[in-house]
Amino acid sequence: MSTNPIQNEIIDNFKVLEEDFEMTLNYLMEIGEKMDDYDEELKSDDNLVKGCQSKVWLSHKLKDDKIFFSGDSNTSITKGLLSLLIKVFSGQKPEDILNTKLYFINKTGLCRFIGTQRSNGLEAMENKFKIIALSNK
Amino acid sequence: MNKFPLNKIRDDFPILSSKINNHHLVYFDNAATTQKPKCVIDSISNYYKNYNANIHRGIHTLAERATEEFEQTRSLIKNFVGASSTKEIIFTRGTTEGLNLISSSLAKFHLKEGDEIIISEMEHHSNIVPWQMIANSNKLNLKVIKVSEEGEININHFKSLITHKTKLVSLVYISNTLGTINPVQNIIKICSQNNIMTVIDGAQSSAHKKINVKSLNCDFYVFSAHKMYGPTGVGVVYGKEEILEKMPPYMGGGEMIKDVSFTKTSYNDLPYKFEAGTPNIGDVIGFKEAIKYIEDIGLENIESHEISLKKYAEKALNKIDGIKIVGTAKNKIGIFSFITKNIHYYDLGLLLDAKGIALRTGHHCTQPLMDKFNLDGTARLSLAIYNSTDEIDYFVDSLIKLMNR
Repeated sequence: MSTNPIQNEIIDNFKVLEEDFEMTLNYLMEIGEKMDDYDEELKSDDNLVKGCQSKVWLSHKLKDDKIFFSGDSNTSITKGLLSLLIKVFSGQKPEDILNTKLYFINKTGLCRFIGTQRSNGLEAMENKFKIIALSNK
Repeated sequence: MNKFPLNKIRDDFPILSSKINNHHLVYFDNAATTQKPKCVIDSISNYYKNYNANIHRGIHTLAERATEEFEQTRSLIKNFVGASSTKEIIFTRGTTEGLNLISSSLAKFHLKEGDEIIISEMEHHSNIVPWQMIANSNKLNLKVIKVSEEGEININHFKSLITHKTKLVSLVYISNTLGTINPVQNIIKICSQNNIMTVIDGAQSSAHKKINVKSLNCDFYVFSAHKMYGPTGVGVVYGKEEILEKMPPYMGGGEMIKDVSFTKTSYNDLPYKFEAGTPNIGDVIGFKEAIKYIEDIGLENIESHEISLKKYAEKALNKIDGIKIVGTAKNKIGIFSFITKNIHYYDLGLLLDAKGIALRTGHHCTQPLMDKFNLDGTARLSLAIYNSTDEIDYFVDSLIKLMNR
């Protein structure tokens, strides 16, 4: 299934924030806090996403050809971003993950707040999702 | 402090009146780079508009003018650091290139297998990696002076590291992470008694402390223009003439030669021997205005303004529950690295940015120092000439609100 409907839903959810930096940060932290608890034992080097100023862990399970992700971060804002990526990618087939073009980052205005250095971390996260998808294809 | 012309100074920096995320900019990332006054910006623009030309070899009017302005910067810097001659002032791209120039060149004639180099735990990566590189290629030993929990150099440990094989000590004057002002005078004295060459990384000191390389008696002093209200891409190596004379060039090319044939090349005189290729002319000329700007206000006045600010910030930060300042040396400048009990430094950096406050987060290019303190990073506030107590109040107020939500 295409991830576009999920991305569009995220874009709609962000509209109320009117691209206000402070409100966006608070929203990201809120949705990060709502994430399921992550098993401390899964915080291994293998699951660590490199390239972020903050630490991000990502792991997955397979069920009926679909990949289900879980993750955590030691910073609240990154955790919020991670939760959005998990929302987009979790429960998808590997092909659909690999075919996804993440456009919600630009359309929500998040790109304005997540500058070059910061977006490197985002790129590393996206790559991690896609590497997992590739290795389970 | 009343006499310090703070309002006038703030007006001199166009960027300070800008708004960031609908708030007035509060710029506390001065240890990374300082903002530029209008005179610096104008002089660079003036060079490109009115007398852009390549320097030293041209005979036309524009080349003469550009050369003169460029060389005036060198003279001004010579006086600014108290060097004996303009031959001792070499232009580089910045402190990092300066340290690489010194280490690469010394590796070719001064430092031999088994020799020892001493640095400290609080060095910036740029004063670690170049020495590590030549230590690997020349089979040298790199020794590291321990730093206390407060962030001070352990002089006794330093003394204990010295052996008859110690050839060089390279030390930061002021730590970019801790703000510690190191007792370089004392260390240089010990070094000269033991015939050890000294390199001082002045990246953080040149805009904040008056320096005289002759009374300091260091062999090298290295700094960057952009941390002292000047443009990026310009730095300076001061080196004692008798040492520079013996050192082989760092890079080969135009400008640094006297005669070139396919069998033999003779090198140019100092300082040009170390300045291969067309330099960053426009920015060197801009740097002159930055030095003049500092000298017009007076480094002593700047220092006393910044000491007042530091004390003010220190007092305010110490009152906040749940923050820990990393680097509490007795002798320090207005650099405060800190962590909070409930907000990660990365989140804090973004949350403060949303309020218009610019500060640094991360390891500040001092990973070994972070490891020592069992941290992977901090938030860092660093003060400069144009900062005010109002800005500190706004920052502290914002920080407390964020920590208490």
